[in-house]
Amino acid sequence: MRAFAELLEDLVLTQSRNRKIELLLRHFRECRDPDRGLAVAAITGDLDLPSVKPALIRELASEVSDPELFRLSYDFVGDLAETVSLIWPISQAGDAPQSLGEVMDLLSRASRSTAPAILRDLLDRLDASQRYAVIKLATGGLRIGVSARLAKQALAEFGQVDIGEIEELWHGLTPPYTALFAWLEGRAPKPVSLALAPFRPVMLSHAADERDLETFDPAEFMAEWKWDGIRIQAVGEGGTRRLYSRTGDDISRAFPDIVEAMNFEGTIDGELLVRDAGGSVAPFSALQQRLNRKTVSAKLVREYPAFIRAYDLLRDGNEDVRALPLPQRKERLDALVATLPQARFDLSGPLSFATLDELRALRENPPEPVIEGLMIKRLDSAYVAGRPRGLWFKWKRDPQVVDAVLMYAQRGHGKRSGFYSDYTFGVWRGDELVPVGKAYFGFTDEELKRIDKFVRDNTVERFGPVRSVRADADFGLVLEIAFEGLNRSTRHKSGIAMRFPRISRLRWDKPPAEADRLETLEAMLS
Amino acid sequence: MKAMRPEDLLHPTPRGLYCPPGDFYIDPVRPVNRALVTHGHADHARAGHHSVMATAHTLAIMAIRYGADFCEKQQAAVLGQTISVNGVEVTFYPAGHVLGSAQILVEWKGIRICVSGDYKRMPDPTAETYEPVLCDVFITEATFGLPVFRHPHPALEIAKLIRSVADFPDRTHLVGVYALGKAQRVIRLLRDNGFAGPVFIHGALKELCDYYEASGIALGELRAATVAAGKTGDYSGGVVLGPPSAFNAPWVRRFPDPLIAFASGWMTIRSRMKQRGVELPLVISDHCDWEELTLSIRDTGAGEIWVTHGREEALVRWCELNQIRARPLHLIGYEDEAE
Repeated sequence: MRAFAELLEDLVLTQSRNRKIELLLRHFRECRDPDRGLAVAAITGDLDLPSVKPALIRELASEVSDPELFRLSYDFVGDLAETVSLIWPISQAGDAPQSLGEVMDLLSRASRSTAPAILRDLLDRLDASQRYAVIKLATGGLRIGVSARLAKQALAEFGQVDIGEIEELWHGLTPPYTALFAWLEGRAPKPVSLALAPFRPVMLSHAADERDLETFDPAEFMAEWKWDGIRIQAVGEGGTRRLYSRTGDDISRAFPDIVEAMNFEGTIDGELLVRDAGGSVAPFSALQQRLNRKTVSAKLVREYPAFIRAYDLLRDGNEDVRALPLPQRKERLDALVATLPQARFDLSGPLSFATLDELRALRENPPEPVIEGLMIKRLDSAYVAGRPRGLWFKWKRDPQVVDAVLMYAQRGHGKRSGFYSDYTFGVWRGDELVPVGKAYFGFTDEELKRIDKFVRDNTVERFGPVRSVRADADFGLVLEIAFEGLNRSTRHKSGIAMRFPRISRLRWDKPPAEADRLETLEAMLS
Repeated sequence: MKAMRPEDLLHPTPRGLYCPPGDFYIDPVRPVNRALVTHGHADHARAGHHSVMATAHTLAIMAIRYGADFCEKQQAAVLGQTISVNGVEVTFYPAGHVLGSAQILVEWKGIRICVSGDYKRMPDPTAETYEPVLCDVFITEATFGLPVFRHPHPALEIAKLIRSVADFPDRTHLVGVYALGKAQRVIRLLRDNGFAGPVFIHGALKELCDYYEASGIALGELRAATVAAGKTGDYSGGVVLGPPSAFNAPWVRRFPDPLIAFASGWMTIRSRMKQRGVELPLVISDHCDWEELTLSIRDTGAGEIWVTHGREEALVRWCELNQIRARPLHLIGYEDEAE
C-alpha cells in the first residue's frame, strides 16, 4: 500500500512525461502482482468500488471532526480526499494492511452497510499519504496527470513491445492484468484476447510537407476531406457492438444512437461527427457536448445527433482485410455502409483531381467550414497499425491567424522554470482587451528570453506565479497567433475559445492599437 | 475605580500592538518612537524606529539586514530578565522560531499578557527552545491553524532530500528556503542526519549563515552557488539552497535540469506544491502545527486568546469548543506566505 501511495505522490508532482513513465516502470519492476496491475487499473479508471461514495467519506469525516473546523479545512485544502486524509486522527489501531491487493480485497467485498466500518478501520490503520490514496481509489478520479494512454505506453516500454499490441489486447483484459505482466516479463506467451469486438490499433498519417509534395504522383494517390471530428473505430462481432476512440477507450455508452445502428459484422474506421439542425456537419464544439460522458441524456442525443463518416474497413464479416490494398477495402466498405442506416453512417467519398495544383485548389477552398484539410492516401497501401512512413498524409489548411496583445504571463516548469513562458493574450473589445486564449509554444529559446525580459520589465501586478503585463493602446507586445478554428464558449469572458493556439510570430514592431478586434474573431465563427 | 481590562494594557492599532501605559509598540509595522521586537523576520522587525528593544541576536540580525544604524537606540533584552518600561514590566522568553526569537510578557497591575510573536515547539538546534509562559491573555498567530496541519518530525523530511540526492545524483537539488532561520535549520538538519556532500548557498543567505556560524551553530562547509553557467557535474551530489524569490529570477537558469524542493509547512497541501512547481516537498516549518498551537494555548493557562494572523477563524472556533474566550485581532502587515 505504501508503494502505491508513494507512486501517486510522485506522479502528481512530476511534470515531465518521460519521468512519469520512468516512475511507472520502476513501480512495475519493484512491485508484485496483483498490486502493480491494480495500480494500472486505478490509473486507467478500470476499478469500480460501488459501495464507497463521496457521501460516505464526508459522513466519516463528520464523525472525527467538528463540522465547522472540517468546513474551514476543506475550504482551504480544496480537495475532499486530501482534507479527510489530513484531518483524520492518529490512532494506534494495529498493523496497516501491507498491500494494495489486501485493501482492494477489503473494499470490494464491502456492502453498503458494512462499508462505513470497513473504511473507518482502514483509515485508522494507514498514514496520511496512504489514506489519500485509498480515498482516491475508492471514489475514482485520481487526477494525477496520468492518462490511460500514458499507463499503456509505460506497459509497452516495460515489455519492450509496441503500444498497439497493448491497446489491441486491452479490452480482453481485466485487473490485475497478471497474464499481461507475465507476457511483458517474458514468462508466458502473449495473452489471447477472449473479448468479443476488440479494438485494433489504428493507422495514422504524417503531416505532408513540401518535400513530400515535390515527388507526388497524383496517379498513385487518392484524396478525401479531413473532417474535424474525432477518430473512432466501430466494431461489431457476434452480436457485441463497441465504439472505440483512437486510443482504444470504449466510448459506446456515450453514443447509444450510433451503437443502435451498428447492425453489422466488421470493423469500421471513420470520423465521429455531429449533424446540425439543417443536416450539415456541425462544428467541433457541437461534438464536444457529447464527449467525455459516461452516459448521455435523450435530450443531448436529440440535439446533437451523431453519425460516422466511414473511411476504411479492417474486418469484413469475419475476414481480416487489413492486408488488402486501399481500393479493395473501400469497395467492401461501400457495400457494407450501404446496408446501414443513412442517418448514422455515410462515406467519406474520394475527391477527383488530376494534378497537384487541382489538389491544392481543393485544399484552399473546402465546401464546408468543418473541413480541416485533406487526407492523401497511397492507393496501394495496406492498413498498417501505427504511423508508417509514406502511406497516409494529412495536408491541413493553412492556420488562421490573428494579432493579439500579451496580457498575462505565467512561469514555466522544468526546463523553463525561471522563465515566464505561458502567455495569455487578448484582442480589443471597445477600448479594453479581452483574453481569447493561452499559448506556450511557437517561439525559439532566444525569443523566450526576450519575451521573459519584456514581462519582467513591464509587470503591472503579480498574483503568485502569474504576472499581469502592461498592455494599452500605445504600449505592449503584439503576438501573431495561429490557430485551428474557433468555438463559442461560455467559460471565456470573450465568448470564444481557440483550438490549438500557438505563437506564429512576435510583432515587436506593431503598436497594440493595431491588433485585431473581437468582432474580427466573431466573424470567423460563422 | 474602574476594573482594569487587558485592552487597556495592549490593543491593536494601525501601527501594530500598542501599550498605552508603557508607551511602546510590539512588532510595529510602521516607524514608531519605541518598539519591542519579537524576532528578526522582516514583517516583524522593520527599520526606522527611534529605539528598539529585542534580544541581542535579533538586534544583530536587524543590523545585518538594515545596516548598523537601523535605529537611534538599541537595548538588548536578556531572556528571562524583567525590565521596566515606564512602569510596565517586560520579560522576553524564548519562542523557538528562529535564532533570537522571543515571546514578550507584558505585566501591569496584575495583568499578564504574553505576545508570542511567531513560535514553534519542534526540536531545532538553531533556535532557543520554546518555553510556555503562564499568562491571562495569550496572543498567538495561526498560520497553520487548521486541523489538517500536522508537521512531521523534521528528520523524516530531511531524509527524503538526502535520499533523493542519492537517487538522482545528476540533477541539481534546489531547495527553496527563507534566508533567516529556515536556511540554517535545513543545513543543520542535513549535517545532523549524515549528509556530508557540499552545500551551495545563494548570495542572499551568506551573511545570515555566517552570523549563525559565529554564534556557535556549526553549519559545516558552505560554498557559493555562483558558477555562472553550470554544467551538470558542477553541483552533482550536492544541495543548493536559495530564497524562493530567486527561483523566479534568472539565477535559477544556471542549474541544468533542476529538481525543485521547498522547505515549508505549506508543503502539506498538494495545491501549494503544484502552484510552486515543487517536485520534492519538505514539510519543515518554523511555525506551530495545529497540535502545537492548541497545546500551547492550554499550557499558558490563559483565560483569553487573541489571534493575530493566519487561519484565525478556525483557532477561535477551537477555543470556543474548549470554553476558552477568543477573538481575532485582525492585525495587518504580517505575512504568512513567507514561511
